[in-house]
Amino acid sequence: MNRTWNNKAWFMVLPVLALVAFSAVIPLMTVVNYSVQDTFGNNVFFWVGTEWFEEVLHSDRFWAAMGRNLAFSAIILAIEVPLGIFIALNMPRKGWGVPVCLVLMALPLLIPFNVVGTIWQVFGRIDIGLLGRGLYILGVDYNYVRDPVDAWVTIILMDVWHWTSLVVLLSYAGLVSIPDAYYQAARIDGASRWAVFRYIQLPKMNRVLLIAILLRFMDSFMIYTEPFVVTGGGPGNTTTFLSIDLVKLAIGEFNLGEAAAMSIIYFLVILAMSWVFYTVMTNYGTEKR
Amino acid sequence: MARLRLKDIRHSYMPNPATDADYALKRVDHVFEDGGAYALLGPSGCGKTTLLNILSGLLRPSEGEVHFDTLDVTGLPTEARNIAQVFQFPVVYDTMTVYDNLAFPLRNRRVPEDVVDRRVREILAMIGLEERAKRRAQGLTADDKQKISLGRGLARPDVSAILFDEPLTVIDPHLKWALRTQLKDLHRRFGHTMIYVTHDQTEALTFADTVVVMYEGEIVQIGTPEELFERPRHTFVGYFIGSPGMNLLPARIDGNTAQLGGQSVALPGAPRRLSGERIELGIRPEFVRLGREGMPVSVSKVEDIGRRKIIHANLEGEAIAAIVEEDGEIPAEPRVIFDPAHLNLYADSWRVELEGGR
Amino acid sequence: MVARAREENVVLELRDVSKTVSGERHISDVSLKLEAGSLNVLLGPTLAGKTSLMRLMAGLDQPTAGTVHMDGADVTGVPVQKRSVAMVYQQFINYPSMSVYENIASPLRVAGRDRATIDREVKKAAELLRLEPFLDRLPLELSGGQQQRTALARAIVKNARLVLLDEPLANLDYKLREELRAELPRIFSESGAIFIYATTEPSEALLLGGKTATLSEGRVTQFGQTIEVFRNPLDLLTARTFSDPPLNTIEVRKDRDRFLLEGTTGLPVPAALSGLRDADYTLGFRPHHLSLAPRGQSSISLDARVTVTEVTGSESFVHLDYAGNQWVMLEEGVHRLSGGERIPVHLDTRHVLVFDKAGRSAAPDLAKAA
Repeated sequence: MNRTWNNKAWFMVLPVLALVAFSAVIPLMTVVNYSVQDTFGNNVFFWVGTEWFEEVLHSDRFWAAMGRNLAFSAIILAIEVPLGIFIALNMPRKGWGVPVCLVLMALPLLIPFNVVGTIWQVFGRIDIGLLGRGLYILGVDYNYVRDPVDAWVTIILMDVWHWTSLVVLLSYAGLVSIPDAYYQAARIDGASRWAVFRYIQLPKMNRVLLIAILLRFMDSFMIYTEPFVVTGGGPGNTTTFLSIDLVKLAIGEFNLGEAAAMSIIYFLVILAMSWVFYTVMTNYGTEKR
Repeated sequence: MARLRLKDIRHSYMPNPATDADYALKRVDHVFEDGGAYALLGPSGCGKTTLLNILSGLLRPSEGEVHFDTLDVTGLPTEARNIAQVFQFPVVYDTMTVYDNLAFPLRNRRVPEDVVDRRVREILAMIGLEERAKRRAQGLTADDKQKISLGRGLARPDVSAILFDEPLTVIDPHLKWALRTQLKDLHRRFGHTMIYVTHDQTEALTFADTVVVMYEGEIVQIGTPEELFERPRHTFVGYFIGSPGMNLLPARIDGNTAQLGGQSVALPGAPRRLSGERIELGIRPEFVRLGREGMPVSVSKVEDIGRRKIIHANLEGEAIAAIVEEDGEIPAEPRVIFDPAHLNLYADSWRVELEGGR
Repeated sequence: MVARAREENVVLELRDVSKTVSGERHISDVSLKLEAGSLNVLLGPTLAGKTSLMRLMAGLDQPTAGTVHMDGADVTGVPVQKRSVAMVYQQFINYPSMSVYENIASPLRVAGRDRATIDREVKKAAELLRLEPFLDRLPLELSGGQQQRTALARAIVKNARLVLLDEPLANLDYKLREELRAELPRIFSESGAIFIYATTEPSEALLLGGKTATLSEGRVTQFGQTIEVFRNPLDLLTARTFSDPPLNTIEVRKDRDRFLLEGTTGLPVPAALSGLRDADYTLGFRPHHLSLAPRGQSSISLDARVTVTEVTGSESFVHLDYAGNQWVMLEEGVHRLSGGERIPVHLDTRHVLVFDKAGRSAAPDLAKAA
């Protein structure tokens, strides 16, 4: 087969390639460079091979942070996905309520990460915050600065408040694309509300839900700004996620080699997880045919 | 099984309908007898689907009542009406197997599992999907999916009526024949009241014992396929049924004869009453005999459609179609004769009875 | 617009074109030669490969084997943008926010024609497709038939060399379909393009006329004048594809002057078929070649059992069972025959098609023998 090759096409993507090289590839190579060397200052580096990687992988601190990350992602997925679907199911399908709901839902998504952190940091304070003070008056012993459980509750609440909307909007998009005939057929077949959800709505939402889960997983696994603003990783290390730990290591302790090794491992974990999700998604797609 | 009665139904999709034009259904009063096979036939937008949705309860009529036997169901929702409906496009539960799809309406009504199994196997055999029973519905072709939709509609043996909304639109011509015959056979075996909505005359006429022809929100004629073919009450029926439709020629009536331009055609009788501005003589292409005798025509086009030939000709300045059989010939100086037994007279589009005629 | 000089020998040619998608063969060794100003019907059931073939012709897909030629030049790898192609789909595809006028004008605007030319071309197409009263309306304010006319007008003003129509009337009402179908040959004949029209319906192919290629499982089984393909199919597959109601068939063994088949006394071999070698054959005939009354000398009589009768008002479709074969008889007039009844039916042997074991028509052999 004589397929035409258009060589000019390559020139079109060149600017993008250059940009990616500067913004991603070069910093990444720097990190790789750091991760296999050590220094005693004065810009004198020497080769240490995989020592940093071994150190990271044998460090309890790393695994503890990794555990916290996984727990956090699991918890927020377990809350946000069902809650998002539930809200989407109960949103109006037509009339003036639709734009109102959509705007309300989109609001939290428009707020910058650090502002969200600040809002909740203030909101939860027991001296002036509405939530913290309110609970204090009700006699609940709530203090996210002191109590690890309270700290986790606050961060999770914050994330749920911030991101459930995304799941809602995606689910809603999936729901409104279901033709009316399906609902009519189900009514005629005498299907219960649950059966309609289980056999019509859920299967038709499947694809958008997978996208929602993928996005929420990646985002939550990389969480940094919000807990950093609210708890600063404390109390103790109880809300120190990989990203926060990484910054502590690199900037707080100036342990560049280990931090570099850790960030590469972190990057590979996210890449691997995303790949798993992607494969699941595409496999699901081919099964559909 | 039940007798379905539509009592003075009017329906408008507008909140405050004022004129007749605002109504999708202008006034319908009709009874679907228990165990009948009916077709609602008409072009898009004639109100046939609206009527079907009023029967199934998916739509509440603006005015009028719906009765199933003696029960007034006007206010009852679909699920309380005990009907089955098959839609134009396949509706299948993707994640279920073919078997579970068919069992779904039965299981929802808590039918014992052994009864479900017997019934589902019967339906599977009927629609020819036994081998795919355990497959997920998702991966099937549109044909197979529509068979499942049909099968689900037929699954419950105790329904008041089965409604079909253009169910064979997505099916290939060859399979259409098989499925239509099966439906007819099922009707004969189980005696359900079946109402079949379609714009396809062949489907309507072959399926139904009684065809209800609708036009612009009104029923223009109810009758057997023969009646619709031989004595269309309205010129629309003449045009819509038959392929090509009925020839309509402007005429002047003089006692027992109709004047078509310079030609005259003897009628089987004189019209009883003749009021109206526009008088037309209707004759189906099937009853126009092309030969060497009669009124001279000039042939403009011959379509050989294999089984027969459609002749498009000009008679006294009017276009006229005639049908000639496969092996028939077209003479050099063609003339036409109208079969007098199949002449119909129309005044302002409505049929006029002829004295001494049928 | 400056009318492009159309050469008489403009052809689209497919040479041994095949298309395989992830191991599945969608198109197998198709060779076709289409002339300028011709109407070509692709007839076949769903998934026979009609759309795949059109996409290859248009250049939307590239064949895995074989070549596509236009005016003698190899255009196999040339993308669709660089070919002169217009397409009309089953769905009514128009620009929803543009008026009918703007919709029709859009290909001309893309081509950068001047205002006066655009106006003239749009008016001409609108007249051809009877859209003049609707030029200011939006597509959604039109009926389905008018929407599809708009899409057709857009394809026609583009003045492309290749116009591909993929079941364009499938989503229309029966009667509208009939009307547009009657107009299409006139519209086509006024343009010099190569028209390719895909359909699942044999009756549509017959009404359109022109040439027909029958498709079955990605293969073109026959290509020729429509009526010729209908009357003289070269194989059983073509005959089946090109029959609606379905072709009636029966498998027999010829033994001198009898066609033998199990469970019956067999049939006499008609004089026209007496030149056949003694062997196994499949006989095929269309429903209107069976009748209640004999049609002259060439009819033979059979006893069949009625299963179901369908009456259309003018005709009756009588479904029959003959020695386990399911047949349909199409008879003029109203005949209400009840199921289970045994009746004599007459087969007009002049129209019987004979196929050998491999499904090939025996007609050429007969002609040779005679």
